[in-house]
Amino acid sequence: MSVQPPVDATLARSFGLSAEEYAKVLDILGRPPSLTELGVFSVMWSEHCSYKSSRVFLKQLPTKAPWVIHGPGENAGVVEIGHGLAAVFKVESHNHPSFIEPYQGAATGVGGILRDVFTMGARPIANLNALRFGNPALPVTKRVVDGVVRGIGGYGNCVGVPTVGGEVNFHPAYNGNPLVNAMTVGIAAVDRIFLSAAAGVGNPVVYVGSKTGRDGIHGATMASAEFGKDAEEKRPTVQVGDPFTEKLLIEACLELMATDAIVAIQDMGAAGLTSSSVEMAGKGGVGIDLDLDSVPQRETGMSAYEMMLSESQERMLMVLRPDREDVARAIFEKWELDFAVIGRITDTGRIVVRHLGQVQADIPLAPLADQAPLYHRPTVDAPKPAVLNAARVEDRVGLASALETLLGCPDLCSRAWIWDQYDATVGGQTVKRPGAADAAIVKIEGQAMALALTIDCTPRYCAADAEAGGRQAVAEAWRNLTATGARPLAVTDNMNFGNPEKPEVMGQFAAAIRGMASACEALNFPVVSGNVSLYNETEGRAILPTPVIGGLGVIDDAAQAVGIALRPWLDLVVIGASRGWLGQSLWLREIGGREDGAPPPVDLPAERAAGDFVRAQIAAGAVRACHDVSDGGLLVAVAEMAMAGGTGVRLSTGPRDIPGHAYWFGEDQGRYVLAVAESAALIRAAEAAGIPAVRIGTSGGAGLTLPDGGTISVATLRAAHERFFPEWMGS
Amino acid sequence: MKAGIVLFPGINRERDMAIALERTSGHAPRMVWHTETDLAGLDLLVLPGGFSYGDYLRCGAMAAQSPVMRAVRDHAARGGYVLGVCNGFQILTEAGLLPGALLRNAGLRFISADCHLRVERADTVFAARYQRGAVFRAPMAHGDGNYFADEETLDRLEDEGLVAFRYATPAGKVLPEANRNGSARNIAGIYAPNLRVLGLMPHPEDLVDPLMGGEDGKPLFEALAAA
Repeated sequence: MSVQPPVDATLARSFGLSAEEYAKVLDILGRPPSLTELGVFSVMWSEHCSYKSSRVFLKQLPTKAPWVIHGPGENAGVVEIGHGLAAVFKVESHNHPSFIEPYQGAATGVGGILRDVFTMGARPIANLNALRFGNPALPVTKRVVDGVVRGIGGYGNCVGVPTVGGEVNFHPAYNGNPLVNAMTVGIAAVDRIFLSAAAGVGNPVVYVGSKTGRDGIHGATMASAEFGKDAEEKRPTVQVGDPFTEKLLIEACLELMATDAIVAIQDMGAAGLTSSSVEMAGKGGVGIDLDLDSVPQRETGMSAYEMMLSESQERMLMVLRPDREDVARAIFEKWELDFAVIGRITDTGRIVVRHLGQVQADIPLAPLADQAPLYHRPTVDAPKPAVLNAARVEDRVGLASALETLLGCPDLCSRAWIWDQYDATVGGQTVKRPGAADAAIVKIEGQAMALALTIDCTPRYCAADAEAGGRQAVAEAWRNLTATGARPLAVTDNMNFGNPEKPEVMGQFAAAIRGMASACEALNFPVVSGNVSLYNETEGRAILPTPVIGGLGVIDDAAQAVGIALRPWLDLVVIGASRGWLGQSLWLREIGGREDGAPPPVDLPAERAAGDFVRAQIAAGAVRACHDVSDGGLLVAVAEMAMAGGTGVRLSTGPRDIPGHAYWFGEDQGRYVLAVAESAALIRAAEAAGIPAVRIGTSGGAGLTLPDGGTISVATLRAAHERFFPEWMGS
Repeated sequence: MKAGIVLFPGINRERDMAIALERTSGHAPRMVWHTETDLAGLDLLVLPGGFSYGDYLRCGAMAAQSPVMRAVRDHAARGGYVLGVCNGFQILTEAGLLPGALLRNAGLRFISADCHLRVERADTVFAARYQRGAVFRAPMAHGDGNYFADEETLDRLEDEGLVAFRYATPAGKVLPEANRNGSARNIAGIYAPNLRVLGLMPHPEDLVDPLMGGEDGKPLFEALAAA
């Protein structure tokens, strides 16, 4: 930088620090900060790094269970899965960068979440993603979808971690603010989990991976503000991904982790060298001295400020045992990655940054963490919408036409165009690929067991009633795992909301957390990791509240996992109560042209009972196929099973007291469609357990025979289902 | 047959390949680092899939210059067996061990989906457990699998019977709609003239277990294990 601006409250404001926050900085230091120090404070106290608006609410989430090894607070959550192994997983957003530069924004989102997982000693075995885009009619949406999908594929395919699941929705509320949430799952030995707390005065602090450049400076601050019309101008704050280096970094780190060299390790994610060094030393209760002259640099003439704030990708920071430095260096040389000792652990409790012979920053770590801003932001609860009376909603089109329309609409159509661009089989352990089951099934190499993985949220429910929607998101994830036969274990959450300084947005956040907490509690499904993304607004318009839930379960015998594909001559039984709930349903929006009513409530005890029953039936080997009932209701669920298996279904008449369209397209929660050889035994067992169970049809033939007399061939359904994406994207 | 898997930086399907080889032969393959030059004792060298050197240059171009490739060439020249899958196929063409090149997929997008392959000849060590004309399924996962060679080379490959597999419909028809990456003459895999070097784009190694959706790829590895 040629001319340095004066470091004062005005500059602090432009760095995202409020007047009160800047006053606190002055108080902590007892003097005005240097430019580098101001940079450190501003990123550490950004919403993205400090969770200053959300922390008070996040505390309400249940985080404990006997199988939880590490809950929130580490790089990722860790749960025990048996046989001495642990699953390590987390979801993280890269929303803002993905709008500014879709390919790199999404790609580096995948890279970042991979590092959060392998930094704990886990080999990544699966990626998932949750995506939200704006109105498909807008050209910008097409461009963003294309870039995001290419970016996720470009990174994930190259590092060789299969992308096995995900979800996509469209809504105009995401026009200027798409969501890209990426989730990674890894496997580690229970007794070989690596943490980030630094220890050992005098121990070397080692930098490995890519060189540091000027990319992504102040990315964390950018991710903590709304977009105005100048969003495009923020492109230089987006980082550029290098999946090849990431692949080498994974292999080198895992090779080093097999030795006893590492004391602590953390990836350089948001706020790069600043957050990794501050958090490692802070958590360990030690101090850290950094010598920036030793940092591998991609460009010349970088200042201390730039190096501390750079978000160059594919970098890790480690504290090593001093006598193991050579072992570590040899491994990184083998993988042709930079390896540099850039500092030492001290007992000062301070971070001291030197560059070109000068101290550029000297900050006490305890107050930097302890006095980080914490806001109890005002909340306003939105009025709850009235329950829609389904009997007053006329059906003008009939079942067959509505089904064809729904199966072809952007929110329900086949995602094959997307997942065909993601390598789903690399690793050779993918038991159920995208679309084959309600959750992806990935086997643990060398074991009989497999993980079940899903990621879910229904934002239109959350927009209508954030508490009900938060509860539903957790329940749906739990249901999707259950539908494969897996035992749900834990959750990672990605809270995507608007500007927290607006009471109505904070009210949505608080309500969603209440709903999620109630479901996690009732389903014994704790939250072990997560991410908060606020300020998802463009020109003052917020996105729909989108609390994305990543769910992980385990199935002891991978061969027992059940998919959704129907075979001929099976009975179809719906488990759970159907009441014809049309409020906030896709039928109401796509066919009725309305987006109103209360969303379908989740009855948690009934949810638990139905799920436990279904899981037991699958474990007993009684179930040939299983699909939860979600978007589009019962008829869409049956159609999806028919299309997956290539067989038709003859459906029975529904109950007389519910209008046909409400029964077949209503989105009552807590339901599953099971395909079994003979329904009588299943229904008896369900009744004995007090769980509603109704036979709704028999598979076979070439089409769906509908209860109102209409028929529609599976080929026609597939054509309708598969049309949208290829036509839209022109391929 | 004693097998070795050649590891280039950025390769990512070496585990899949090792599992397939071990499952069918009962022996774990030797892992060969790209700087090694002594391959004595190995009968089969496998170049697995992935993104060697990130494929930041032409796919496979960097790996083809590795020290180990001199040894791979010597091995092939001595009549040793070589199997290159996906990036491995690309590396073999870049190294001149097989003719032609793999271009960007016709649709310019990465394709991860099952395809069907028609076995063009079964009288080779690789295809001995298939029937000629049989069709088997295999996952493909590549952005650059569009096989290209000039007409003269393609005619020679056909005349000399060096086309190993073609993209086909499940019923075995070699049609354009079965050829998603746009390969010349639906070619999915080719042999060197001595029939001991095979390159192919799809991944038979990912379909050797009913749990993962089938065993269509297993005969290829069983044949190698038995040879």
